[in-house]
Amino acid sequence: MSIGVMLVYGLLGLIVVITALGMLTSRNAVYSALFLVLNFATVAVLYMTLGAPFIALAQVSVYAGAIMVLFLFVIMLLGAEHITQRSTGRGHRVLSVLVAVALLAEAVIYILFRGAGVEMAALPSLPPDFASPAAIGQLLFSQFLLPFEITAVILLSAVIGAIYLTRRERQAAARTAAAEQPAEKPVEEPAEKTPIY
Amino acid sequence: MSINDFLAILPVLVVLVTGVLVMVADVFLPEGRKGIAALLSGLGLAAGLGAALAAVPSTGTAFAGMVVADGFSLFLDALFAAVGLVGIGLAYDYFKRMRLQRGEYYTLLLFSIGGMMLMGHANDLVMFFLALELLSIPLYILSGFFRARLASQEAALKYFLLGAFSSGFVLYGIAMVFGGTASINLEGIVAAVRDGSANLTFLLVGAALLVVGFAFKVSAVPFHAWTPDVYEGAPSPLTGFMSSATKAAGFAALIRLLLVVFPALGENLAPVVSGLAALTMIAGNLIALVQTNIKRLLAYSSIAHAGYLLIGLVAVNSSAAGDAVAAMLFYLVGYAIANLGAWSVVVAAEQAEGRGLELEDYSGLGRKYPWLGVAMLVFMLSFIGVPLTLGFWGKLYLFRVALESGLFGLAVIGIAASLVSAYYYLRVVVYMFFRDGEGVARRDVWLNLIAIGSAAAVVLMALVPGDLLQVAAQAVLRVP
Amino acid sequence: MLQEYLPLLIIFLIALLVGIIAMLLGYLFGPKRPTRRKSAPYESGMVPYGPGRRRMSVRFYLIAVLFILFDIEVIFVISWATVVRQVGVPGLIAMAIFLGLLEVAHLYAWKKGALEWE
Repeated sequence: MSIGVMLVYGLLGLIVVITALGMLTSRNAVYSALFLVLNFATVAVLYMTLGAPFIALAQVSVYAGAIMVLFLFVIMLLGAEHITQRSTGRGHRVLSVLVAVALLAEAVIYILFRGAGVEMAALPSLPPDFASPAAIGQLLFSQFLLPFEITAVILLSAVIGAIYLTRRERQAAARTAAAEQPAEKPVEEPAEKTPIY
Repeated sequence: MSINDFLAILPVLVVLVTGVLVMVADVFLPEGRKGIAALLSGLGLAAGLGAALAAVPSTGTAFAGMVVADGFSLFLDALFAAVGLVGIGLAYDYFKRMRLQRGEYYTLLLFSIGGMMLMGHANDLVMFFLALELLSIPLYILSGFFRARLASQEAALKYFLLGAFSSGFVLYGIAMVFGGTASINLEGIVAAVRDGSANLTFLLVGAALLVVGFAFKVSAVPFHAWTPDVYEGAPSPLTGFMSSATKAAGFAALIRLLLVVFPALGENLAPVVSGLAALTMIAGNLIALVQTNIKRLLAYSSIAHAGYLLIGLVAVNSSAAGDAVAAMLFYLVGYAIANLGAWSVVVAAEQAEGRGLELEDYSGLGRKYPWLGVAMLVFMLSFIGVPLTLGFWGKLYLFRVALESGLFGLAVIGIAASLVSAYYYLRVVVYMFFRDGEGVARRDVWLNLIAIGSAAAVVLMALVPGDLLQVAAQAVLRVP
Repeated sequence: MLQEYLPLLIIFLIALLVGIIAMLLGYLFGPKRPTRRKSAPYESGMVPYGPGRRRMSVRFYLIAVLFILFDIEVIFVISWATVVRQVGVPGLIAMAIFLGLLEVAHLYAWKKGALEWE
């Protein structure tokens, strides 16, 4: 591994860790979400450097894009920008420290003793463009055709769920009633009447 | 890609296409005519059942090795289609009564059944995962089908969170198996193990994670925490369907994985699965003793039955593997019939807004509605494993397999647990016949048909257990 | 093989630089004479009252969820677009089934009024 590559990975790793810490420690939930966007984007760059541009694309488009939009919406529609009280208890914090120490110890042990005992199976060497969008496209329409179509059915049921569980039927009924006899005043949104602060 | 690929999973395709059709039809169905969706779904499931029964098991794979169509998967196809049909029968009148007749219920039910069927057919870890998601996501949504009920919302959220958690285990397991064998196709994994190029440590970690992931789905202790709350909060017809079918799907995945993929790990995994089995039998039955809500009682009963089935799973890697699979399939069928019957009684007795679900509410129900009472008695006896019922033969075959493969301890625990279970199962019957109360039950032709038909099946099929076991023994798995 | 991403990196750096320079110029050369009135939040020239943040409508939630689902669909379309000539007609049919299923979802969302902003 050349110095340049080490530098790139070191820098990326540092950004990933810093943004993750920033997300955890921000008192403002919107800042946390923005730190997470940066974190996702940096991880996408890591995927790219590992030769998986398609995964990087998905990471940016789905995670840093769509999912973060949802996160921000949820934060804003709950009015939960500011985390006021400390929500974590003492036991919670002790436990999290213990788990962190255990994981750290695991990582250290792995680094110290790697190669001793456990032998990796020889993985077949992969062609350099094995994770390119074109290669994935080829696989998707040959070997993984059935999983591809099944994914569409899963997405379909997710759409039904999203709409069924959130749509308010009373309003739909009110709308049909309103269509029959035009109401003069639109129905006031109850959620917006109550002030948050 | 040829016509044979599609024929191999024809039952799955029939069910999924029907699901899409029901969805399109539902969009155009006027309010108040949503029952047509139930009818359409029933027809689709009947077609799927027919396709499964008419299909001939093949020895090859289809869709580039993604799926197989062996006797095992076709047997399960037929089981899921039949359970689904009964599930629709349970739901139709119930949702009409609760003023929540919606086409979405039937669409999602069909998608879930398609996922379960696919689980039986899966021959690639990707397919296992997709089948798991396809069967779970509709169930998460359906658990929260009573949007206005807090308990239903809680059930959906809890099921979703723990389900997503278990999916994570499955995914990590798949990654580990890929790391150890450089393949996610069952053929490739088996080949890698056989020619010694596999890293068995990674494979073992992967196998353990996969077992944990699917143990959530079959609600084995200690991965059962979601079961009582979800079963209680979900609409009763869904719980009836879910407790019969999801369990079978989870065990289908476990059987194929342990029997086909991880035979080399049998010695390492057997103690783990044995522990799960013992824990599940003991905890499930003991906690069930103190339940006063019929839905929670049946939830813990379903946990307990997962424990008995896990005994068979331990024996899957012994010399009695064929017998173990046959006994498990037999047990799954027997449990499904008795369980659907019991839930039909629960659905009939449930009143609006979730009332009528406490054991107290069952007081006097058996004397007022003797048919329902007798049917419930039959189901409870079958759950206990009293002779002359299907449940008896199911347990007999399972325990016999356990003894054949030297699992004396587990067999003893199973028998002791069954004796304990007699207390809480018979308590239901005691309430129904020997207490006075003003319990009322819905008289609906489909519910009565399911209750009486299941009771008759439990008794009549117990007269020819050997033949049924023969059918189950025909359902062999394809071993590459 | 990382070299091929070098232009991308350069573009990012230039973009970053442009942003920094623009802000820096304003900071250095812009006159700053703040008063209390000027520092107050601008609300169409009126004296601002009430909280600055308002809770967003819950309807956005459904929009965001649907956006995610159809975004995932787009990811698959991209992988198809890169090999559209190689996979040919069978690929086209497979993609048509995939998009057809998602179109059913679209029809459902439309007919159930999920896309309406009452």
